[in-house]
Amino acid sequence: MAGIYIHIPFCKQACFYCDFHFSTSLKKKDELVQALVKELELRKDELKNETIETIYFGGGTPSLLTNEELKLLIDSVYKHYQVAENPEITLEANPDDLSKSVIIQLSESPINRLSIGIQSFFEDDLKNMNRAHSSDEAKKCLKEATKYFDNITIDLIYGIPNMSLEKWNKNLEMTFGFGVNHISSYALTVEPNTAMAMFIKKGTYPPMDEDLALQHFNYLIEKTNEQGFVHYEISNFGKPNYFSKHNTSYWQGKSYLGIGPSAHSFYKNERSWNVSNNTKYIKAIQNKTLPNTAEHLSIQDEYNEYIMTGLRTIWGVSLEKIEKDFGKTFVEHLKISAKKYINEGLLEVSHQKTIITTKKGKFLIDGIASELFMI
Amino acid sequence: MKNIRNFCIIAHIDHGKSTLADRLLDFTGSVTDREKQDQLLDTMDLERERGITIKSHAIQMDYEYNGEKYILNLIDTPGHVDFSYEVSRSIAACEGALLIVDAAQSIQAQTISNLYLALENDLEIIPILNKVDLPSANPEEVTDDIVDLLGCKPEEVIHASGKTGFGVDKILEAVIERIPAPKGDPNAPLQALIFDSVYNTFRGIETYFRVFNGEIKKGQKIKFVATDKEYYADEVGTLKLTQVAKQSVKTGDVGYLITGIKTAKEVKVGDTITDFAKPTTNIVEGFEDVKPMVFAGIYPVDTEDYEELRNSMEKLQLNDASLVFQPESSAALGFGFRCGFLGMLHMEIIQERLEREFDMTVITTVPNVSYHAYTNKTPDEAFIVNNPSDLPDPSTVNRVEEPYIKATIITKADFVGNVMSLCIEKRGIIINQTYLTTERVELTFEMPLAEIVFDFYDRLKTVSKGYASFDYSPIGMKTSKLVRLDILLNAQPVDALSALIHADNAQHIGKKMCEKLKELIPRQQFDIPIQAAVGAKIISRETIKALRKDVTAKCYGGDISRKRKLLEKQKKGKKRMRQVGNVEIPQQAFMAVLKLND
Repeated sequence: MAGIYIHIPFCKQACFYCDFHFSTSLKKKDELVQALVKELELRKDELKNETIETIYFGGGTPSLLTNEELKLLIDSVYKHYQVAENPEITLEANPDDLSKSVIIQLSESPINRLSIGIQSFFEDDLKNMNRAHSSDEAKKCLKEATKYFDNITIDLIYGIPNMSLEKWNKNLEMTFGFGVNHISSYALTVEPNTAMAMFIKKGTYPPMDEDLALQHFNYLIEKTNEQGFVHYEISNFGKPNYFSKHNTSYWQGKSYLGIGPSAHSFYKNERSWNVSNNTKYIKAIQNKTLPNTAEHLSIQDEYNEYIMTGLRTIWGVSLEKIEKDFGKTFVEHLKISAKKYINEGLLEVSHQKTIITTKKGKFLIDGIASELFMI
Repeated sequence: MKNIRNFCIIAHIDHGKSTLADRLLDFTGSVTDREKQDQLLDTMDLERERGITIKSHAIQMDYEYNGEKYILNLIDTPGHVDFSYEVSRSIAACEGALLIVDAAQSIQAQTISNLYLALENDLEIIPILNKVDLPSANPEEVTDDIVDLLGCKPEEVIHASGKTGFGVDKILEAVIERIPAPKGDPNAPLQALIFDSVYNTFRGIETYFRVFNGEIKKGQKIKFVATDKEYYADEVGTLKLTQVAKQSVKTGDVGYLITGIKTAKEVKVGDTITDFAKPTTNIVEGFEDVKPMVFAGIYPVDTEDYEELRNSMEKLQLNDASLVFQPESSAALGFGFRCGFLGMLHMEIIQERLEREFDMTVITTVPNVSYHAYTNKTPDEAFIVNNPSDLPDPSTVNRVEEPYIKATIITKADFVGNVMSLCIEKRGIIINQTYLTTERVELTFEMPLAEIVFDFYDRLKTVSKGYASFDYSPIGMKTSKLVRLDILLNAQPVDALSALIHADNAQHIGKKMCEKLKELIPRQQFDIPIQAAVGAKIISRETIKALRKDVTAKCYGGDISRKRKLLEKQKKGKKRMRQVGNVEIPQQAFMAVLKLND
């Protein structure tokens, strides 16, 4: 049971809030795809014959790749790895790349899940965030995509300063109207060293409003619930059988191989990540070396990661698993440090077996997780 | 005796004292290559890191000059105003001094005050222009400054570079030729000056001394005059890079003494050592019991560590006699200690040593000076206030006195205006203004010591772009209009945040305190009002808004490791916070009042 993540570090233009690794120059695209193919080959023995259940093209903007390039990469995975029957193969795509013909082509490829970066259906929001697509493109592409794909997730951003609840509601209504089965919804976050951080500092963009974000978040939970979505991770809502298998594996500590610049890999208790620089990455791979850094996770690190990711999900953290995998001291530590939050109604114990985050606790979960850490 | 030379070095911080001292040791072959390490005399890690000498040290060099063998005793001096008494005792142990002046920066206030001390003690001064190899060096002008100051001839100023070793031979020649040999009567009763002591875990206190008359012999029964205690000299010797035990240390020489003393308090710098049976009638003048100037509370972050903190403080006191402390309790912080320090640097050093050497995480409260309060009932009897919360109810107070100092500042003419405004803001009154040269001005102020404690050094550095040096000496107590500024968090007064300040500044400082605390105290799950009050009157208010959102939007493969490390760091940070009521206060918030202008 493992997944493969393939990072496509190119974008047509830079969204003002984004701090992911990408380049807006497509000059090196061919070389990079060749390097990705090569890396897949170089690392074929790393997962020790584990079965690949999911493949995920993330970015950047993977929809900038041609059908042939995508096929080449998927074929390489099949060539060097043992792939399960009917794997989940996701492509992150931007609406401006998804014309009707492209959608049809994709539907005929092994790709069976689209993750579409809609963010908002309103023109002013898209402009303010420097998205490459228009409101019209967003709607048109969704209309077509839902005809050919059953497994579609869309990204929506909330907590945009001055976004009224009515506007947020319209985005949600629109989403439900298209019949998508999965939503990833993120509070607009100002990452350091982004254009947005600079605009706010200069006063040309309004600062974030936490109360507004919380209001939107609670509304999102309520509305998706009415529509039959399960809130299975802080930012992820899926109808039954439509949860992201690939992303879930991150939160459940499963193995994954990250291919491409800046991609992270995880196997047993080792995590490694490739250099976040396209040129350096390509050069190293051409020389048959892996441009990566690795860290070994101590038992404490593993416990802390389990707490951090587990409490973000509907599955919470299992006391039994902690006792089995980490030992008695960890369970005792958890029980003692969680007490305060249980009393405050931020955490709860379900069937005396798992600790899960309450609705009230969800928007505060980072600080809570930190307090439950073992240092 | 005629071939002994005892000398010290007078220099401003960063003027290259320690480096030049290293070169002297090199040149005289006092260290082997294997022993070489930058800044040999600064043995504490902290000293090397901060590039300052905290304690004074001594070292003996052998040097052959014109076919004769000489013994050169270099007594190193601390370079910070907090330790000016120690400097004065080191100076008293010498016949000469090297005055080291940076060829780019010229003479600084600290150097001048130490130079005057040396001149008062009739020391022979050898002026040295250091760092002449620097591109920014300005040897002609700085030589003129030195000539003006000392009234010496320009050719008497030795050019040197501690970095390259240039001029070191000239310095050694001058030490022998110009500094007089010690005088003294070898047959007189023992009279020696204690100029330093060092704590050694295995051997107890090592006392460093200079013999003026007579000699000190192994096994001799001796007496310390000021403490009136008797000991046997278990071991005596001279101070090479390592100690060399001897049968005796004779008139004019410098050495160490081990008596089995375990606590630093028993060895007072400035005290006289004499023979028990045949005591000298001639004690060394200038002895003072060092008094702490600055007081602050030191509390464990974790209340359970109180006993461990006590143990650590006691151990620290073994090798730092100038540290005094007594138990106190605070409503906000529980049990801790009120500690007295020589100055702000001393306080920082103690806090840092507690953390480094004893692994104690402590909260240091706002430092204050020692006030005298007089009540209406007993208007002639001073009640000593070393902690703001000890100030009696204002309605019963007749008057409060605070310690004043004479402050000397040397700066460039361009910054005189800035420096003056700062000193006036700090309640200073200008006493004198002298142009040392056309470019350099000496300003003298009388001002409250308390104002120095509150962010004076940093502000002085800023307003003068680093071109100001500062020195002070206490001049006694004066009546002031002082009030206690209290801080309330969540409507609860936090006694550890109280400070005594001048009534006219209360409004301003209260407002800044609230703003600073708002910045330093992390948001919690509820609103936290911060109020500043004088008596029952609230003079300022801020609110720390409740934390509503504390969650990362995305947590995928590439985010997990970074996120975990961030949350781990956050948890570690929390361990350094103190819960007062239901508010968590970080360590540095207790010192907020010192950082009001950052």
